[in-house]
Amino acid sequence: MGFLDALLGRTKPVLPKLDNLFGLPSAAITLQAATDYLPTGVGSVCFRAAEGKAFSDIEKDVTDLLNMGENKTPIKVTSDSYGYTWVVATHATDDIEGLVTDLHAVNYSLEGGGFGPQLLCTILGFTDQAKHPLGLVYLYKRGTFYPFAPRPGENRDNATELRIKGVLVNDLKFESDLSRWFPVWGAPGL
Amino acid sequence: MARTHYATDRGLIARMGATLFLIGLVFTAFIIAIVLLLANFTSVSGDGIIFIAVLAGVAISFGSYYWSDKIALATAGAQLVTPQQAPELHGVVDRLCALADMPKPRVAIAPTDMPNAFATGRSSKVAVLCVTEGLLRRLDTNELEGVIAHEMSHVAHKDVAVMTIASFLGIMAALLVRFAFYSELFGGGGRDRGRGGGGGDQNTFPVVLAVMAVGIVVYAISFVLIRLLSRYRELSADRSGALLTGQPSALASALVKVSGDMSRIPTRDLRAAEPLNAFYFAPALSGKQGQGQWSLSNLFSTHPSLEKRLKALDEISKQLSSSGSGS
Repeated sequence: MGFLDALLGRTKPVLPKLDNLFGLPSAAITLQAATDYLPTGVGSVCFRAAEGKAFSDIEKDVTDLLNMGENKTPIKVTSDSYGYTWVVATHATDDIEGLVTDLHAVNYSLEGGGFGPQLLCTILGFTDQAKHPLGLVYLYKRGTFYPFAPRPGENRDNATELRIKGVLVNDLKFESDLSRWFPVWGAPGL
Repeated sequence: MARTHYATDRGLIARMGATLFLIGLVFTAFIIAIVLLLANFTSVSGDGIIFIAVLAGVAISFGSYYWSDKIALATAGAQLVTPQQAPELHGVVDRLCALADMPKPRVAIAPTDMPNAFATGRSSKVAVLCVTEGLLRRLDTNELEGVIAHEMSHVAHKDVAVMTIASFLGIMAALLVRFAFYSELFGGGGRDRGRGGGGGDQNTFPVVLAVMAVGIVVYAISFVLIRLLSRYRELSADRSGALLTGQPSALASALVKVSGDMSRIPTRDLRAAEPLNAFYFAPALSGKQGQGQWSLSNLFSTHPSLEKRLKALDEISKQLSSSGSGS
């Protein structure tokens, strides 16, 4: 926000950066080769639902759009304890590209409806042999990724997260500011 | 092509710009008046007053700006809290920061029952957000989020710097009056450093009086203007906060809850409340602030009236509800 904008209180909404999502399929392959984390086939988009008819119309359009097509697991729309909405899509574990395309469709529709600023993040779920969950979180407003490895009791496995970052640093753009690696407790699919 | 629902409120921005301009204008007039007085006035006590007032004004303003976070926290008796101590609060702040692409401020809780929240700090890096326990008890998560978004908008708009600079003039003018008064009280009559012989006393007294008069007038005008500016900044923060969360009615509901008057929306069933309707007690507020803008309390208050804030938030609600029509 420019100085004059700040001075006059003209907040410009931060627009999301959508396209970096498409680095995820190749990142999933790298992860599979270098670690024992496999994709769960579950991906979700998190956004702050706005009030009003305009938004609920778009939400409905998006779910209808994603539910079209044969043999697909239906989309789940849930809301969490903070009041944010999650759209959860499930694909076959080897169809990460289809999953990312679906997630991108959600973002694109919301942005087209003028609700880009409401987008918070996207998470792609992974799990290893010991059933530990891992999420690759994409922050829309920064256009960067960070790993999130929750453990029971609202703990994070920071060592694993840093290791994953090291493995994937060439496939994805990671968030360099560690203070922005926000935990997303209770995210669906993790 | 993305439409936007963030229609700028041009009227508010224009009024804020005009207020800032007026404050600058008064500041300039003040400087000119002082310079003119100085040109006719060579006594040491006069120069001393003005110099000390300016110096003290600068020191106070700069100090309160630079250490605003420490001062505010100490005044409120607030304690910084870690994510483990207040997980829900930190979670709300985390998400808002990710949504607004802002660095996360430090979070503190003040042990007061009076519901209140503030954010301060001269830059985003040293910003601190404080909520009282009373606020956490009264509001649910949605409303809390609206209030925190409002406070974080203050940080984003650099309100600490703006209000410090704007009130610097008022501080200086007030100090000038005070020093002139004391110098006249303690030093007047004996000092004879005016030009020529014998005319010193007569020169000193009226000029010091003139300095005091200028100071008083400037202080009065700047006081009113600064309060006006503060009210516009509050409306602006309301607007930014509501647009960030996309839930203006959550913030409206929080304002109503926190306003300290009896709650507007009753919780008792109409049938149970029927006997009370016979004694029609209007809300304590509607007498004063329901009327037009010119009452004294409205002129001097730092926050806009509740009605005005709710009306502005309703506007945003309407904008968000308009489907099909762009901003």
